[in-house]
Amino acid sequence: MNKITNRQIACEVLSEHARVDRDVVVLCSDSRGSASLAPFAKEFPAQFVEVGIAEQDLVGIAAGLAKCGKKPYAASPASFVSTRSYEQAKVDCAYSNTNVKLIGISGGVSYGALGMSHHSAQDIAAMSAIPNMRVYLPSDRFQTRCLFEALLKDESPAYIRLGRNAVEDVYAEGNCPFEMDKATTVCEGSDALIVACGEMVKPAADAAALLKTQGISATVLDMYCVKPLDAAGLLNAAKGVKLVVTVEEHSPFGGLGSMVSQVIGANDPKKVLNLALPDAPVITGTSKEVFAHYGLDAEGIAKTVRENL
Amino acid sequence: MQNLKALSYKLRRDVVEMIMAGKAGHIGGDMSVMETMVSLYFHAMNISPENRNDPNRDMFVLSKGHCVEALYAVLAEKGFFPIEQVIKEYSQFGSKFIGHPNNKLPGIEMNSGSLGHGLPVAVGMALAQKMDGRPSRTYVVMGDGELAEGSVWEGAMSATQYALDNLCAVVDRNRLQISGTTEEVMHQDSVEARFKAFGWNVLSVDGNDIDAMNAAFDEARTVKGKPTLIVANTVKGKGSPVMENKAGWHHHVPTAEEYEQIMKDLEAHEKEVL
Repeated sequence: MNKITNRQIACEVLSEHARVDRDVVVLCSDSRGSASLAPFAKEFPAQFVEVGIAEQDLVGIAAGLAKCGKKPYAASPASFVSTRSYEQAKVDCAYSNTNVKLIGISGGVSYGALGMSHHSAQDIAAMSAIPNMRVYLPSDRFQTRCLFEALLKDESPAYIRLGRNAVEDVYAEGNCPFEMDKATTVCEGSDALIVACGEMVKPAADAAALLKTQGISATVLDMYCVKPLDAAGLLNAAKGVKLVVTVEEHSPFGGLGSMVSQVIGANDPKKVLNLALPDAPVITGTSKEVFAHYGLDAEGIAKTVRENL
Repeated sequence: MQNLKALSYKLRRDVVEMIMAGKAGHIGGDMSVMETMVSLYFHAMNISPENRNDPNRDMFVLSKGHCVEALYAVLAEKGFFPIEQVIKEYSQFGSKFIGHPNNKLPGIEMNSGSLGHGLPVAVGMALAQKMDGRPSRTYVVMGDGELAEGSVWEGAMSATQYALDNLCAVVDRNRLQISGTTEEVMHQDSVEARFKAFGWNVLSVDGNDIDAMNAAFDEARTVKGKPTLIVANTVKGKGSPVMENKAGWHHHVPTAEEYEQIMKDLEAHEKEVL
């Protein structure tokens, strides 16, 4: 079982680049511990900006730094950075087109029992609705590395959601197929297509394995690039299947499910089911317990596919 | 040497022409902030069309973005684009000259419009200049009504945390906002004391006196270890009794009669100081 979190990998990649590029800057809002960025702050004090518990200031300062040539990565809990500083993301980052990367840490229901204030079940919808804002949810530590390497090469704003807990590997060392803004096919099948993002990719892959033992073959598509959604990759994967199921750690509105439904509905109409968190404060529990309760684990996903084919 | 007092009135007339042609604009604040803008662009800042991409240029953010007409007039006078183009295109369909700053235009660094954004952004710019050991400075202009935004105070805190003595903020203290006086809407009378309490160097001057503004920007440059706030005490609608100190002129478009009178008053002021 993998013990390394995606946020640790993000810190590792940013540190590697900061050693050779003094323009790589990290900002935190009293969140360096939660973001696993304390090692970065320690090694690069001159490239680390602490703003205190002030998310609007966090994103505004990041935009100002970017305008003057810095490559800022602003990390704060996803629940806060995607809502408290939403307007700064919209105006100072996206509209002004500054090279700011917003890292929403402990995304989705990572904070489990801390309650709805600390959950970010709206961040995909909110960030995706901003013109010139990209939205990424990497699935495992290997893909997180590939994604950050790619983001360090570009100069446009983006929002990246990372979870708090270590997730089981979807890919393997030296075997993580990755093309920027192209969905990754995790496994191929012919009966159903399961499209997932972030930490829902692993349970989706496990669900496909489970279904295989029951005589159902399913493709699993890792749509880590929720915006820009890989519509061509999606339509290609959806060709010939009877059912499309989307899985996300997000509200049922405006997220991966909505976007996939739009593309399928317009181009290759067929049944699309959206598995997501409810439109309500989620039940108290660890994220694993929450996922199982709402059918977002391997068994739940497999059941949905089986019962709707 | 250019007569900046006269220039301030000439540029006010350009603003009025813009607003008449576009049938929109925030005339009251444009008039109050004009000496601040002229002093920045013709005295304090190292910025011109020639060095607009130089990393050592001074940075400017118009946080009270609704007074973009004053910025357009000053940028046109600096040669970033012709004033005739601004008057012709301002607020027209498909125009780049919109009602708030837009960095698709040369000379504009950041888009603004929503209040309370400029100070944190300016903190980031000043911090980057410090990190890179640049000689340049960062300037930001806010409105007094804008100070009710909490994000202003987040920025004020971080500016002193990082000892940004290369940062100079201006509050255009015209004492009026869209619904009435600032004191009625949300009191700002202790703005100097508030910023001092946050650790800033604070200067309070007549913001419609170009000499006073020039001197304040010069003094700010000499202060080390902390950022400077210049409270520019101004008159909203400055330049004509038709609009001076009237909250209703926040974004009023003059009638034909009002236009005639305002232009006469502005020309008279300009002649007076020539």
